[in-house]
Amino acid sequence: MIPIKVLVPSGVLGLGFDLEALNNGVKNNPDIISIDGGSTDSGPYSLGSGTSKYSRAAIKAEWKSLMIAREKANVPLVIGSCGTCGTNGMVDWMENITIELAEELNQNIKIAKLYCQQEKNFIKKNFQLSKIFPLNPAPMLNDQLIEEMTNIVALAGAEQIQECINTGAEIILAGRTTDTAIISALPLMKGANPGSSWHGAKVVECGALCSTNPTSGVVMVEFDKTGFTVEPMSKNAFCTSETVAAHMLYENADPYILHEPGGYMDVTYSNYYNIDKKKVRVEGAKWHPSKQYSVKLEGAKIAGYQSSLLVLLRDKKYVENVKKWTDKLSKFLKKEINERMDIDTSEYSLEFRHIGLNSTLGELEKNIRSPVEVGVLCLITSKNQISTEIAKLINPFLLHFPLSSNEELPTFAFPFSPVHSDRGCVYEFALNHILELDNPMDAFQIEILEV
Amino acid sequence: MLTLGEKVRKIRSKNAGPFWITIDIFCGNKKIYKEVCNKLTNSEIINLLMISEQQLKRFEIDDLNVIKFSFPRKIIQGDIFDRDMHGAQLAVLLSEMKF
Repeated sequence: MIPIKVLVPSGVLGLGFDLEALNNGVKNNPDIISIDGGSTDSGPYSLGSGTSKYSRAAIKAEWKSLMIAREKANVPLVIGSCGTCGTNGMVDWMENITIELAEELNQNIKIAKLYCQQEKNFIKKNFQLSKIFPLNPAPMLNDQLIEEMTNIVALAGAEQIQECINTGAEIILAGRTTDTAIISALPLMKGANPGSSWHGAKVVECGALCSTNPTSGVVMVEFDKTGFTVEPMSKNAFCTSETVAAHMLYENADPYILHEPGGYMDVTYSNYYNIDKKKVRVEGAKWHPSKQYSVKLEGAKIAGYQSSLLVLLRDKKYVENVKKWTDKLSKFLKKEINERMDIDTSEYSLEFRHIGLNSTLGELEKNIRSPVEVGVLCLITSKNQISTEIAKLINPFLLHFPLSSNEELPTFAFPFSPVHSDRGCVYEFALNHILELDNPMDAFQIEILEV
Repeated sequence: MLTLGEKVRKIRSKNAGPFWITIDIFCGNKKIYKEVCNKLTNSEIINLLMISEQQLKRFEIDDLNVIKFSFPRKIIQGDIFDRDMHGAQLAVLLSEMKF
């Protein structure tokens, strides 16, 4: 059955890809089309709220191209981490889009849905049974923290995707999955080299980012008994041994080791060489299966409700003394908030960032110079939506607060009306743990439907 | 005196999951790679990033002429006090270092 060819249209659905390159890929007879649908890369909001980072319209337009490509190639189409975060709700959201498109395209298809979301009670039970272990670093886990989380997902690996492939489904909509598992699942099933199956999957998980032309998106990776060969599908993209090898560095804390459900791969002794101008051959990665099967958990909880205000200072005296100004203002405001609203400082956080000075790097900034103007970003985060009222209380002082008592009242620049922006509910990551499982499917469910 | 950014081909930084940051220094050729490997000390990096020695992982990747540093984030990605979710601007600190 090998070699096995996996066509990867791009690093993530929603980012766009070159349609001509996709068609080239289809002509090259792939055995499966695999695309990632999510990540924690944009922060905790998506998982916390259980929503997609990308617009439905963008997802639908790209998914349509892939459903057409799948029909032409007559092979399975797999998406992992549906709707950015891979919650059950986002798998159903993707199902809804797929059903709409199946009707529009007049396609009859069998769909497998892989659910990866975890019940709080299941997590609590496994925590009590000492089946959950922290990675480094990890928030301190307890029942209360589990209870506070809005969504918890487990990252599926190759085993769960293989279960879906075995159902004979033409489209697989998977919840949270490791970026690599959607690509490695089929070659692993068909007897390709295990280390190379994971290594090749890692190389192409961001699409054409492993090539000279990242935005072209589409790459093909071919797996066999001894290694893999990667080739970009756009005529304007090339893979070199360096662009391919360098991808192991990207977003990886360790450039040689990658942990996956069921073990880890080691690419220390891999060899990379160009077969021709476009294609790179890689061999030598090793797969080390672990004794105990485990999957990674992700969870998010509400960090609070946030409101922000922005004021611009152009007056030289205030620009030069902006730190002193906000220190003095902060002290004054905390007193006012306490006296007028009866809210203690422990119930909210008030932070000033100086845009133009060090708002990006904070205390790490080495290169502080007096700029021509400074934007003062005021952030209020509270346990409940009182942050809006606090922002309104702050508003007039942000506009007029003087550095000294015996000066004419200053007025700074507000760029917006209303001045404050409610950012609503904000979230934080609350898990960096692994869950041990006796059977890979113990924390996952598959549902099949035909449309 | 040159800065490290002027000396090497490229320096980039990026979040590696929500809990880690990783920095890649692409030296461009073997000569510069050897020079940077020898001269750039862990204590300089620790001071620059305000992290402890035990937190810093250093990799010297001969085949790619790359020096890589990884360390856990002091502030988890997307926390209310996070200033740079992807940590990609942190590379500037190394770029502007005198070398």
